[in-house]
Amino acid sequence: MFKGLQSTLVGLGHRAIEGVWRIGAAARLFFYVWVYLFESFKRPRLIVREIFATGVLSLLIILVSAFFVGMVLGLQGYNTLQKYGSSEAIGVLVALSLVRELGPVVTALLFAGRAGTAITAEIGLMKATEQLSAMEMMAVSPVARVIAPRFWAGVISMPILAALFSMVGVLGGYFVAVPIIGVDDGAFWSQMQASVDFRDDILNGVIKSVVFGVVCTMIALFEGYDAPPTAEGVSRATTRTVVNSSLAVLALDFILTSFMISV
Amino acid sequence: MERTTVDLWVGVFVALGLAAIFGLALKVGNLTSSNIGDTYTVTAAFENIGGLKPHAPVKSAGVVIGRVDGIVFDSKDYEAKVTIKLDKRYQFPTDTFANIYTAGLLGEQYIGLEAGGEEVQLKNGDKITHTQDAVVLEKMISQFLYNKASDTKSSESTKAAE
Repeated sequence: MFKGLQSTLVGLGHRAIEGVWRIGAAARLFFYVWVYLFESFKRPRLIVREIFATGVLSLLIILVSAFFVGMVLGLQGYNTLQKYGSSEAIGVLVALSLVRELGPVVTALLFAGRAGTAITAEIGLMKATEQLSAMEMMAVSPVARVIAPRFWAGVISMPILAALFSMVGVLGGYFVAVPIIGVDDGAFWSQMQASVDFRDDILNGVIKSVVFGVVCTMIALFEGYDAPPTAEGVSRATTRTVVNSSLAVLALDFILTSFMISV
Repeated sequence: MERTTVDLWVGVFVALGLAAIFGLALKVGNLTSSNIGDTYTVTAAFENIGGLKPHAPVKSAGVVIGRVDGIVFDSKDYEAKVTIKLDKRYQFPTDTFANIYTAGLLGEQYIGLEAGGEEVQLKNGDKITHTQDAVVLEKMISQFLYNKASDTKSSESTKAAE
């Protein structure tokens, strides 16, 4: 009985210490990324290559899912709005929900699944095959050469992807509302323009996507950098990337929203 | 992959992103409509503004000619002081009437201006004195019920007198 309690407490303490250690290690890595900021911009080719890997290759999944999300919003919104005789407000509903919430959040979730896992697996494998140690031996900082370019590529790609998501989503909603359901074309756009504010809605959405980009990329990089150098370790790190990124994005979204919407 | 191919795709990607932000700003957002060029500011005091919000349109004859800039509560007169930005191209006489209307039954509220007959035009910083408050539905209903009740009462009393 006493032995059981003791081992529970030991386990709890061990987890707490490891948690604090991981936060500290992640903060240290984050700090180093900032230290090597100018270093990595001196070789923009590395960043461009990573933007290709994280941004351009994620384009297809983002655009296709944006179109479908927009179409679903159009259908569902119309279904409810026409009960109140205001089906013209469908444009407002689609645009606001995409620009404020779904654009940044769904993009971040897809980004974590598509690009974040790739980053974690790549860096984890680099570590497992001792490529990172080899760099250090050659006096090349792995943070400057491997981590920082991927970080900036993620931070640059995320807002672009989120903006594209919102735009294509609105087009998807338009596609369902106007040609298929038959909502008036002019009312769709003019009501949307009357209610969507550039600063309060669009710019706040961009801010959200930048924050999510920082968080998702940082989690992916840290999990890869911190992964045990085994096949199992890399696979676990990849799983953790998706889980932690998704949780962090959803929790941060609530916090950011509560700051942006002054009640 | 070829170096130039990567560059090309990244260039296309960034250009698409910028185009999307521009598209959002111009086609989805109100960046174009809120930008009404040179403006002048007038104020108007209302006893009740209902659901009027900043950035609400100011219309005359149904045409948007300005926007509500800010709303503050004036604790001296216990009134709402509404600051309105009007397009410089449109001049209004000093006895202009400002009403708060609702677009449709459940729509947003906006300010409607009706020009008066005065010769002198409103200047920057002037105050519109003739205002009409927003229609508050509860007030209207209670007034209606009150009138109805007093009507039936009076008809009953006339019946009793007969």
